[in-house]
Amino acid sequence: MNTDPLTPVLTKRWLSPQSWRISTYEKLEGYTAFRKALAGTPEQLVQLIKDAGLRGRGGAGFPAGVKWSFMPQNEEKPHYLVINADEGEPGTCKDIPLMMADPHSLIEGCIIAAYAMRSHHCFIYVRGEALHCIRRLNAAVREAYDAGYLGRNIIGSGFDLDITVHAGAGAYICGEETALLDSLEGRRGQPRLKPPFPAAAGLYAAPTTVNNVETIASVPFIVNGGADWFRQMGTEKSPGPKIYSISGHVERPGQYEAPLGTTLRELLELCGGMKDGIPLKFWTPGGSSTPLFTAEHLDVPLDFEGAAEAGSMLGTTAVQVFNETVSVPWAVMKWTQFYEHESCGKCTPCREGTYWLAQVLERMVEGRGTEEDIDTLLDVCDNILGRSFCALGDGAVSPITSGIKYFRDEFLALCQDARERNATVPELVGAQQ
Amino acid sequence: MTEHPEVTPTPRPGSRLAEQTHAAADDQVDVMAISPVREEGMLEESTADSPFGPDIVAKAKDLIGRYPQSRSALLPMLHLVQSVQGFVSQEGITFCAEQLDLSEAEVSAVVTFYTMYKRKPCGEHLVSVCTNTLCAALGGDAIYRRLAEHLGEDGRPLGHEEVAGTPGERGSVMLEHAECLAACDLAPVLQVNYEYFDKQTEESAVELVDALRRGEKPQPSRGAPLADFKSVELQLAGFFPEEEDAYRADVDGPSRAVETVRGAQLAADRGWTAPSMPDDAPLPEVEAK
Repeated sequence: MNTDPLTPVLTKRWLSPQSWRISTYEKLEGYTAFRKALAGTPEQLVQLIKDAGLRGRGGAGFPAGVKWSFMPQNEEKPHYLVINADEGEPGTCKDIPLMMADPHSLIEGCIIAAYAMRSHHCFIYVRGEALHCIRRLNAAVREAYDAGYLGRNIIGSGFDLDITVHAGAGAYICGEETALLDSLEGRRGQPRLKPPFPAAAGLYAAPTTVNNVETIASVPFIVNGGADWFRQMGTEKSPGPKIYSISGHVERPGQYEAPLGTTLRELLELCGGMKDGIPLKFWTPGGSSTPLFTAEHLDVPLDFEGAAEAGSMLGTTAVQVFNETVSVPWAVMKWTQFYEHESCGKCTPCREGTYWLAQVLERMVEGRGTEEDIDTLLDVCDNILGRSFCALGDGAVSPITSGIKYFRDEFLALCQDARERNATVPELVGAQQ
Repeated sequence: MTEHPEVTPTPRPGSRLAEQTHAAADDQVDVMAISPVREEGMLEESTADSPFGPDIVAKAKDLIGRYPQSRSALLPMLHLVQSVQGFVSQEGITFCAEQLDLSEAEVSAVVTFYTMYKRKPCGEHLVSVCTNTLCAALGGDAIYRRLAEHLGEDGRPLGHEEVAGTPGERGSVMLEHAECLAACDLAPVLQVNYEYFDKQTEESAVELVDALRRGEKPQPSRGAPLADFKSVELQLAGFFPEEEDAYRADVDGPSRAVETVRGAQLAADRGWTAPSMPDDAPLPEVEAK
């Protein structure tokens, strides 16, 4: 594709002063797409999003149009649209700046998506710690009601929609869509068994679609530009622009919106290279739940297929870059402590597994590990991966298995040091007075 | 209602098996009166002087009205409880249970699941330091350790969710280590009452908590003018300042860091854009069902 290295679509308005106000949004083509959408039919919109090939931006990459098409045609029960704004995957920091800078793009996307799915109530479930987003969204929702873009008979179309902004209360697991629904129902945020999928029985057991913020905020642009325009960016199977959040040991970390399929080498060029010239050691393509990459993977196209073929996942395109000064076992231990803390406790492999993994890793990092610990870690990982209730367990093993795969020597060195120290320090147990 | 022909005598508490006693406890029996644990207060009603006045009850009702099913109001209602007391007390649990017609156990189960509900009185401010991997590698761990030592007393560092000063008093600060706060491009970050303080150092963080301890309210890097934990909890419950100026000042508080717009700015500087949109892109033709 012959596009520019950066293709600001979602992030373009962020440069405008007070971009969060409806007046700014409307000056910059805002609230034009939903008029066009409401003049069409729900089927046309579902087809458009399918044609555009828009894939979920929350990590899994499921085609959004296909997900929408799972919603029943009838309205025997109310339909719900739920926006997953519970951004918490370590390294991920794209939805929060989006909601602060351009909340109306999300709201306009909600109107279009709700219309396409015959939903009249939309919930935006925002992570509680993202207070400023909650404020901005509430203000934007209020402005949209005042303008007649929300509420009853929106701009005379006969379509009704209410939006409720809902604050979470601090639980990473609520980013999992069924846990989010349980949380939204006022319960502990624990994942549900699937099937039934939310489109059949979601919020209040009614048909529900849960979509990520960036996914829905892309919708008004697709409505205005069309599927062919959207497909000019990115790759055949992963079309469109994507916000790459680059953090860590680089000269100029930040949000860079580029076509899907951009490589880390290209991203590093955009953000000024490695900080102070210290070489790259490892990085995550899309948050801590996506297996680590190394300097070998600089030219992997960062789209859904490219990342998967190279043994990881695109995830949320949260590119966390670590240089040679960072110990891999230490980083893996820190992430594992995170998963242990956030495991909801519902299923045994994840609850017990992360508990023991964290302790084994802590022991290793403290210099009391043995070589067998590496096998123990891999064995426990093997009993979590694919055997836990939701993707949190799978995510928890990613840093460990990929860390050992690429940096086994570093884990071994920790154990070696421990053995040598033990050999030189005589065992004193029982010998003391 | 017909009289039971053979009414067993009123059961007495004792060592007899349950099935020998409970059968007789029909609606004639005052189980409260015969309970052996009455004196210990297990059956006491909740306290009469609830800290949740009519205004809070009205807000709770308002929250219930925002959802198709009342239980959905529980998470915001617990934020509301924290806006009154600065934590979720047993009274707070009872309050929510009564408002939503849930058992206290159901409410407690929810409270204990989520990290933002504090079980002990919070300070005037809550300081949350991100110690997840990326922030930690860039200094977050060191910042947390330094703050814990700095706020500790007698050589003992302040623990996670412990308070320096007296909760409820000006300048008191609860410290916690937090998981990823979704501001990784601005690492290491911390939050005060969930407002962002970006790109911190040990020194800047110490200065910040010292200012808080003195009763000052430094401006966050991103977020509204700093308030206190309780008033922020009211916003999380979904209630924003009614006075227009205060409302606008909050909403219009800064949100744009250099990092936030780096890509957009670079593109603008270099003249890079997304492909231009066609003048008219009709919706695809499909048969309406």
